Amino acid sequence: VITTTDDLTQRRIEGFLYEEARLADENDYDAWEQLWTDDAMYWVPANGEGSDPTREMSILYDNRRRIGTRLAQLKTGKHYTQSPPSRTRRIVANIETMPTVGDRPGEEPPGGADLEVQANVMIAESRASGVTLIMGRVTYHLRLSAGELKMSYKKVVLINNDRPMPTMSFLL
Amino acid sequence: MHTTTSQAPIDYRDLARGDRVHGSLYTNPEIFAEEMSRIFYRTWIFVGHTSEIAAPNDYVRKSIGTQDVIMTRDRDGDIHVLLNRCAHRGSIVCNEPRGNSSAFRCPYHGWTFRNTGDLIGYPFRQGYGESGPELNLASLPRVASHQGFVFASMATDGPTLAEHLGPAAEEFDRLASLSPEGEISLSCGWIGHRLNANWKLLFENDADGYHPQFAHRSVIAATNTHIGDLYSDRSPVTAHDLGHGHSLREMRPVYRDSPPLSWAGASEERLPDYATQMRAALGDRADVALTDGPPNLMVFPNLAIMDIHISVFQPLAPDLSVQHVTAVQWNGAPDLNRRELQQTVASVGPAGMFLADDAEMHERVQQGLAMREPEWVDVSRGLLRERTDEHGHAVGSVTDETGIRAFWHEYLRLMTAEEVA
Repeated sequence: VITTTDDLTQRRIEGFLYEEARLADENDYDAWEQLWTDDAMYWVPANGEGSDPTREMSILYDNRRRIGTRLAQLKTGKHYTQSPPSRTRRIVANIETMPTVGDRPGEEPPGGADLEVQANVMIAESRASGVTLIMGRVTYHLRLSAGELKMSYKKVVLINNDRPMPTMSFLL
Repeated sequence: MHTTTSQAPIDYRDLARGDRVHGSLYTNPEIFAEEMSRIFYRTWIFVGHTSEIAAPNDYVRKSIGTQDVIMTRDRDGDIHVLLNRCAHRGSIVCNEPRGNSSAFRCPYHGWTFRNTGDLIGYPFRQGYGESGPELNLASLPRVASHQGFVFASMATDGPTLAEHLGPAAEEFDRLASLSPEGEISLSCGWIGHRLNANWKLLFENDADGYHPQFAHRSVIAATNTHIGDLYSDRSPVTAHDLGHGHSLREMRPVYRDSPPLSWAGASEERLPDYATQMRAALGDRADVALTDGPPNLMVFPNLAIMDIHISVFQPLAPDLSVQHVTAVQWNGAPDLNRRELQQTVASVGPAGMFLADDAEMHERVQQGLAMREPEWVDVSRGLLRERTDEHGHAVGSVTDETGIRAFWHEYLRLMTAEEVA
């Protein structure tokens, strides 16, 4: 049920997704972290769409605290796979505001007032071995919090997550 | 591209010396090809776990070196490892990652094979006359398991799996003893991490207790992990050559000085259901199991049991490998499993806080090995202070390269042996 987000325009939603993408591409870890709610969940499943991250391997499955740890690791400058950081640019497209909010793993957010948005993402990453292209479908749960749009859930389903994948320790 | 064989055979004794190994061992395509035939297509290779094919007629796709294999359980419960190649015209016969089927039917010409590899039949028999070809899927001649870990060998004869594992076998038992039911499962699915690096770098890294304080300093700085103390020059942890290329990092001196479940980063208070079930199932022996924890075991040439997760090393080319990883799940221990899966997911795979940096080091080493000088890679650390245990096996300190040298001993033995031994 969409409540507090009823009057969000498509344009404002797109603006949020583009900002999130830009902060990730530019390794602006502090600003990117500010986009998350306190009950956030960040999930990159393996081997398909993902059904239960508490019973199956994931590429990444972070609650809010672990998002902070991941960013703290990046900020040490000694996370060698990201030192120097990968240069990435991503395109977020095919943005759809979904009629209902799907389930998410972890504790349900209080009130359940989020809005679900889905999009396709294509990320080009340049590293020593060349340019890698990765693509996937992203599900976002967005929430208005004190007038600001925040992200309570981000799930990235990569199209090749059932095959061997190269290191991906930049922000997906 | 290598098109000719060299005139003189490669002298592995000259390349893999006790205190150093030659850089070409990681880069030469001819050596890679010989490793496949003399190691991966000969000795016991870890393929998968029985829990991945729990029911009759279950199957799962796996690999042995560059070979695509199907691990099957037939209707009688016996396990087979088949090469994924139609005996007729060569197409792969299994295109699914896993499933349940008593037979594999090649879509090209309809040849059908039982999950034991035996030919069931083919269409239009009259085209072959009275006695048509009886061509079966290639089935590995020797398949054996220990604690559900399935190994296979392409050699018809050779040491048994028990002989191959030697004292490593009891470490698998220790792993299973942490389940109230005495069994583990590998039921979480695998993640494949593709690396531009030679497979031996992956094995050596997991046998190496010297790098964690340095390669993983960002994790140490960002979290409350205790690995910095475990892998220090003052750590009581020891590195043990177990023979046949296997090695063990012996963590128990640390954990026996700590409360039960320290190895899990937990306590009996935090995992009360698990602790209760273990005490009910094991009685007096529960304390030892809960205190000692799982092993840190390297199994030559492609398996690592790293406490709570399993790594399998798959060679694809001299400079290309896949590390397959999954979490150990102990049967009857849901609260422990949930916790250790979370730890594993945070640590391993392409975005893992530990393994992404290991992978980075492997790829940097592979790049560095392309330089002409100084030719050699040093593996001498700890040689001067190694001792020998009652079985004649080397024991070093945790930061010593004892486990790496154990790998090279077996490598050299197999690469120079004419017969399987």
